[in-house]
Amino acid sequence: MTLSRRGFLKLSATAALTSAFSGIGFAAKPAAQKAAIDRISQLKPEWSKQTTTACCYCAVGCGLIVNTALSGAKRALNIEGDPDHPINEGALCAKGASIWQLAEGNPGQPNPRLQKVMYRKPYGTKWEEKTWDWALERIAKNIKRDRDATFAEKNAKGQTVNRCEGLASVGSAAMDNEECWAYQAFLRSLGLTYIEHQARI
Amino acid sequence: MTNHWIDLKNSDCILIMGSNAAENHPISFKWVTRAQDKGAKLIHVDPRFTRTSAKADLYAPLRSGSDLAFLGGLINYIIEKDLLFKEYVVNYTNASFIVGKSYGFSDGMFTGFNTQTGKYDQSKWGFEKDADGKIKRDNTLSDPRCVFQLMKQHYTRYTVDRVVEMCGTPQDKVLEIFNAYAATGKPDKAGTVMYAMGWTQHTVGVQNIRAMSMIQLLLGNMGVAGGGVNALRGESNVQGSTDHALLFNTVPGYLPTPSTAQPMLADYLKLVKPESKDPMSVNWKKNLPKYAVSLFKSFYKDEAPEQAYSWMPKLDVGQDASWLVLFDEMLRGKFKGFFAWGMNPACSGANSNKTREALTKLDWLVNVNIFDNETSSFWHGPGMHPKKVKTEVFMLPCSVSVEKEGSITNSGRWMQWRYQGPKPLGDSRPDGEIIYELAQKVRALYKEQGGAFPGPVLGLNWEDMGDGRAFSAHKTARLINGYYLKDVEDKQPDGTVKVHKKGSQVVSFAFLKDDGSTCSGNWVYCGSYVDEDPKKGNRAANRSKEQSPAQANVGLFPNWSWAWPVNRRVIYNRASVDLTGKPYAPQKPVLAWDATGKKWDIDVVDGVGGPGAVHPFIMQVEGMGSLFGPGLKDGPFPEYYEPLECPVSEHPFSKVLHNPTALTFAGEKHNSCDPRYPFVCTTYRVTEHWQTGLQTRWQAWLLEAEPQMFCEMSEELATLRGIKNGDKVWLENTRGKLWAIAIVTKRFKPFTVQGQTIHEVGIPWHFGWRFPKDGGDAANLLAPSVGDPNTGIPETKAFMVNVRKA
Repeated sequence: MTLSRRGFLKLSATAALTSAFSGIGFAAKPAAQKAAIDRISQLKPEWSKQTTTACCYCAVGCGLIVNTALSGAKRALNIEGDPDHPINEGALCAKGASIWQLAEGNPGQPNPRLQKVMYRKPYGTKWEEKTWDWALERIAKNIKRDRDATFAEKNAKGQTVNRCEGLASVGSAAMDNEECWAYQAFLRSLGLTYIEHQARI
Repeated sequence: MTNHWIDLKNSDCILIMGSNAAENHPISFKWVTRAQDKGAKLIHVDPRFTRTSAKADLYAPLRSGSDLAFLGGLINYIIEKDLLFKEYVVNYTNASFIVGKSYGFSDGMFTGFNTQTGKYDQSKWGFEKDADGKIKRDNTLSDPRCVFQLMKQHYTRYTVDRVVEMCGTPQDKVLEIFNAYAATGKPDKAGTVMYAMGWTQHTVGVQNIRAMSMIQLLLGNMGVAGGGVNALRGESNVQGSTDHALLFNTVPGYLPTPSTAQPMLADYLKLVKPESKDPMSVNWKKNLPKYAVSLFKSFYKDEAPEQAYSWMPKLDVGQDASWLVLFDEMLRGKFKGFFAWGMNPACSGANSNKTREALTKLDWLVNVNIFDNETSSFWHGPGMHPKKVKTEVFMLPCSVSVEKEGSITNSGRWMQWRYQGPKPLGDSRPDGEIIYELAQKVRALYKEQGGAFPGPVLGLNWEDMGDGRAFSAHKTARLINGYYLKDVEDKQPDGTVKVHKKGSQVVSFAFLKDDGSTCSGNWVYCGSYVDEDPKKGNRAANRSKEQSPAQANVGLFPNWSWAWPVNRRVIYNRASVDLTGKPYAPQKPVLAWDATGKKWDIDVVDGVGGPGAVHPFIMQVEGMGSLFGPGLKDGPFPEYYEPLECPVSEHPFSKVLHNPTALTFAGEKHNSCDPRYPFVCTTYRVTEHWQTGLQTRWQAWLLEAEPQMFCEMSEELATLRGIKNGDKVWLENTRGKLWAIAIVTKRFKPFTVQGQTIHEVGIPWHFGWRFPKDGGDAANLLAPSVGDPNTGIPETKAFMVNVRKA
């Protein structure tokens, strides 16, 4: 089946993505029988861009190929093992083969990912939706207030320590190298010494 | 990993211990299987028969926490049967070093123990030196005070009978495995080990790894294709996050965190610069002052190095700020604010009830994550009363990996660039953007209002991590690599002078300076981004499979991605050749000396100079592999101790039951030999889930395969407790209580330990109360907050529980 651009858009807009695009290809049950999508066509360069990535789960570092729609919501259409990658040679485990679902959610259902900034006030009983600006400004104020209140230039023995005693952090091996570097530099510039993450546990 | 994933195919014997690689690193088996296809033997030693065992040529059960008896037994076996690779041991390890007179060992204790502090004085474990400060050696290995003889004596107690007695491993299996593995001591044979948290999550975790490293040195398995000591890292970038020091005790590039003992930069540089009197020792760490100054300049590039150093926070001497201590301090109310960034400590940390309670003591908590989870939602979790929990909580949505650009480093040290596919979903944002913008807001407040010690807050080099408004992975990657802060003249060997222009990238850490003229955010990564133009300079993005036939023979792929350090694929590779440069394994060399061209081929050689010019272990001060390791807090030789919670009251190796230096917390009880908690419990992962399950429980495909908490147990234990397959059971101890669905299986068998029948059960740690409904809760509710004295890693692989039908 060949598709026109118009036909393709119609299909992607109406049809839920019901089957696994995964490398090992086991599929969840379709919610309902919908018009079949021509997946081969979807992956052609006129409909989607291809990018390479490495798996976000264990540290074998398997390569994957991501196809992202060039139109519509411009979401990932397919993620599968990269056959050119010398370590995995296209193969993936069950988790790696589900990265598409990690990003795009379960077919036919709302994506369960966090998509809004959420806030719970002290002694509060529910989450409230907030904007990024609101939240980051409030966190910045909290950091400054508590850093100023707990910063110690000297310890009890009078030795120079230049550290912030009242803040701590854990995280994260899930971040990219560049993010890890920026994060630790940020924390150390604030004077934190309680800096830990997954590698310790 | 000293080696890398593809290199597993070069092995003649693969020992998997403390890992279930077939299920938790499934793609590694592509290379394990290829080794087996070529005749390699696969050995699996594990408390439970797993898919790794099913693939193995040899499987042996071992009670959780008894690994050191097994490894000590193997050391003894190799020495006793003279199966070691003697030339390698003499030339490349510290076997010949004479140990100082103040070292001693008696009945489970080394010299220098202070009963008041519970710590050793490690200075008692030094080497004897001659008048010139050179370490005394006896290359015949016969001096009774040489490392080899002391080691031999230390491990004579580790007989096969005692291994069997404590591990519960059948004797014929022990012997078969010892024989098979020790056979890799032949010069042209390579044995490798694949281990994971099954070795590290113990109060003797570091000594487990050290014991195996000693075995590898005795058999000449370090630095060779198909050899090495290979930690299977569990998270996609836990190698990188460790390199970049998201840990209290280091700053990027494995430099120590400054302490009050080094008030000035000069003190610090003295600390990090080791000295060797042996002219054949490269002692690479003598260069650390250059890397340290370049690091401080990467933080604060406009400041003089002394000033930049003074802005680094300092620990008190001996201060432990590791994970378990952090949560203990949190419970006591030390912290007002806390970031759980890309983490779920309410499930991932040992002793979850303690961790969860600690979160109630905070004024505010920031949790950045992909899904709602047990940490951000702790305030409405089991046993919590939201109206009584003061903590203000911010739950910030971050992007998934395919929605952003940047690099990660795999277990084999390959730094791989990832590109952005779709844009971030909804309001989610890449972590880098969140960090960058939050930092700019904090800076703005300090700029407007001033505040405590504002220098470092205002002075941090954000300019090189973004454009002032937005984070840039490329700019940050260039800063991590490092660049020249001024024009630098470099004298070439031919007498000419090369000028490195200010602003240009430094191409290798060999060019970093200690005078403030270079910056580098992490010297280990210097060489990864060597030109401002990403197309020319970003080597993590390399995707060429071009390689020479010799490189292809061992699967090096030097033009695919980039490996630290300096694109070296097999660390300590100089130990793969003899003193004349001849490879010990001519059929699979990783190095070849080109006598005409006067250069090394195949991999990037460790150290400088031709064959035999320098000792191979260049990161060791004396250039030798450490059979005797005076740097650890619990002794220079690994010694057997039981887990802090164990089913026995004594063991045959000494009178000392537990590691006397283990990290413990006052007032916390341990359930050893407590009839209420008679069963050993261990934790593990399944293929379909990952870590606390935060990134897998929400996917229908994965959850369908592994929907809820289970407990695996032997048929014998099930009969004893009247439990049937599929029954709901309770697991409990003094810390917590957890339900699970019983899986009654032949994969677990009771162990016979000291003549007693010991039952062990196993539980996965992927579940949490938040999602799915009826999925169960965290295995860590049961795990104790005790840790290894060197690392503080909790002992979550062996503790005691009771199991009963619900």
